[in-house]
Amino acid sequence: MKAQTKFLIGGALVLATVGYLMASGIKETGVYYVTPSELATKIGRDNSFYNVGVKMGARVVKGSIQRDVASQTITFRVTDGTRSYPVVYRGLAPDTFTDEADVVVEGRLQRDGTFRATTLLAKCGSRYEAAPQQRAA
Amino acid sequence: MADLGNIALWIALLIGLWGSAVAFVGGLKRRPELARSAERAVYVQWGLLFLASVGLLRALLTHDFTIEYVAAYTSRNLPLYYTWSAFYAGQKGSLLLWAIIVASFGSVALLVNRGKYRDLMPYVAGVVSVVVTFFVAAMVFSSNPFERLGFTPADGNGLNPQLQNPGMTIHPPMLYLGYTSITIPYAFAMGALISGRLDTGWIHAIRRWTLLSWLFLACGIVLGMWWAYVELGWGGYWAWDPVENASLLPWLTMTAFLHSVMIQEKRGMLKKWNLGLIIGSFLLSIFGTFITRSGVISSVHSFAQSSIGYFFLIFLVAAAGVSFALLAYRWPRLEAEAKLESMVSREAMFLFNNLIFIVIAFSVLWGTLFPILSEWIKGTKVTVGPPFFNQVNVPLGLLLLGLTGIGPLIAWRQATTANLKRQFLWPTTLMVLTAAFLLALRMSDGWAIGAFALGVFVTGTVVQEFVRGTGARHRLHGESYPLALVRLVGRNRRRYGGYVVHLGMVMLFAGFAGLAFKSDTEATLKPGQAVEVKSPYGHTYRLVHQGVSQYEQLNRFVSAASLDVYRDGTYLGVMKSEKRQHLNSLGRPTFEPSTEVAIRSDIREDLYLVYAGSVQGTEEAVYRVTINPLVWWVWYGGMVLVVGGIITMWPGGGGPTAASRRRAEPAGYVAQVTT
Repeated sequence: MKAQTKFLIGGALVLATVGYLMASGIKETGVYYVTPSELATKIGRDNSFYNVGVKMGARVVKGSIQRDVASQTITFRVTDGTRSYPVVYRGLAPDTFTDEADVVVEGRLQRDGTFRATTLLAKCGSRYEAAPQQRAA
Repeated sequence: MADLGNIALWIALLIGLWGSAVAFVGGLKRRPELARSAERAVYVQWGLLFLASVGLLRALLTHDFTIEYVAAYTSRNLPLYYTWSAFYAGQKGSLLLWAIIVASFGSVALLVNRGKYRDLMPYVAGVVSVVVTFFVAAMVFSSNPFERLGFTPADGNGLNPQLQNPGMTIHPPMLYLGYTSITIPYAFAMGALISGRLDTGWIHAIRRWTLLSWLFLACGIVLGMWWAYVELGWGGYWAWDPVENASLLPWLTMTAFLHSVMIQEKRGMLKKWNLGLIIGSFLLSIFGTFITRSGVISSVHSFAQSSIGYFFLIFLVAAAGVSFALLAYRWPRLEAEAKLESMVSREAMFLFNNLIFIVIAFSVLWGTLFPILSEWIKGTKVTVGPPFFNQVNVPLGLLLLGLTGIGPLIAWRQATTANLKRQFLWPTTLMVLTAAFLLALRMSDGWAIGAFALGVFVTGTVVQEFVRGTGARHRLHGESYPLALVRLVGRNRRRYGGYVVHLGMVMLFAGFAGLAFKSDTEATLKPGQAVEVKSPYGHTYRLVHQGVSQYEQLNRFVSAASLDVYRDGTYLGVMKSEKRQHLNSLGRPTFEPSTEVAIRSDIREDLYLVYAGSVQGTEEAVYRVTINPLVWWVWYGGMVLVVGGIITMWPGGGGPTAASRRRAEPAGYVAQVTT
């Protein structure tokens, strides 16, 4: 067998293995990314969605952040303008987590309508065009 | 002054349109005077961009808050060195930085090659002109740094405290130097394809530029990792965030190129592949900046949404179309001069190495784009995170590490059993012993054991090479060992510099392996109370909370929580973590409070402390304590990598370049005659 053929076979094996790793990686670790409205729609359509881990991207409602330092729990509300959810998060919040920050919370929606977050990411404010006056984007 | 900057941009746009046009006309119609005009246009563009940059800097330093950009990113009480770095803190300024750096590199490339590659240079000037003009157009039509507000604010917003950090002043420019410098090898590749001068000449022109770009990008990436670790406080240095991945992708393809180019130089193979890698690297760098600026992929780093995303997307698609069309057009002229003869050869190892780099890049790209793809195809957005990337890339990375040891030592064309035994007996033995040792210690993570064992293998091969080379010089030339070592490296900079780079990679992998043994603890402590944390090496750290002190410093109000640190009963010192509230010049708070992490780093592990806040009104503090093993190896591995890269780039040193030039020229000449 020519060396080139052997290489192609070896290469194909590598590709097949990687393809498998990627597919199984996506299957096992892929997480739906939703807005609050999309989450509400999904729940409405399929009740079992309550047990599915999702990532929700939304904006923190102004004035809704309550921190309990002793238990390291933060409760707040997030909204996409149409639909909002209360969120409970146990852990340290990043410094960029503030009123009206864009956040991504990962977790599950509980039956009582609260979103229990295991991860909290807040967008890095550095690139934010903090314009001194209102401007249309 | 700002109006001058604005005018400079507009003129740069017009000059750029002229320059781009005459460059290609001059090259295709063989009109040298047009080509010269195009080169001059690049220099003029540089001059105009320099003026524009001076204009922006002046506006920043004189606190000209009538300009929106200055008001958005600086304030009167901002320390001077951060006022400088505000130049590239936001979208608009960073576009100007990108444009002037491309113009600078382009000008240098044109000047340095004034007497060479005459067939290629018109097109090099043309491509540089097109890229610079594109960025100028993006500023002029979408994000102009000289845009004025309708009024004069009393003070600006100030710079986000997370950017007020030394690492953050160097990281963006370094990354930009890396991203932008890929334009030059790309321009030469386009020149070679358009002109049809496809002999190995262009490879020599671009290898150094690619190395430079690779080096800058590596610095930028490691600096970014360091900044994330030291400043952001989540305890890690890489999150597989889309913007992080964007910087990694071109680095991966360029690393692949730097290896496969050796195959082309030595055996005349992989010509199409190498051109593809250069084109791909350039496209990935534009893609990277597109992701960062357009907000199309949700990332904690994205710039605010703006129309500029469309600009970049169109540019990306157009560049891809033109480049691959040209490659297809020249396909028949890029036949390989030799064939793969054996799987047990350096060529085969390099082919595998390239395959793996590309596969890693593909999987990272796939994971990054997956939310968009899944939304397109299935209608719902699905994201993947670190577990996906680690699951795929850890095995691939280890495979790569293994090849790093085998590739440089195995023979070209076909290795014999004797050759294999001679080269690999000792390193393999050491590797097996290391693995056995770690298994006996009952190290819990299999991948970590693999990383350490393979690391020992690679280190063994490199040390063996240095020892044998030095020994040979000592015997042949009678040089003392230290002199022999210096001369060895000096005469073979590419080879031995490459070995140093590989050692840097081994150190980095060791650092990454440490992540498997990380631990997190939270504790709420009143003054005098302590928390105990065990490290994976069996040490016990005892941290005694001393209290919280509050004071003003520079432009901020600080709450500092301090801990006395003991390890196995020995007092090590005090560690202090802070919460900082930045103030504007009126003494009022701006931005949310930021946290300063306390880190105690030694070669085996980092003790990483974050002060999370105090229970209302008291000095009872909440801490998160993280033990991060082997992080030291990441930073020092990065430095070794960079030193190795510099050695490889250092001019002189003979080596394969000279030999392959002698080999290539006759062949190239013949190819020209027969075509």
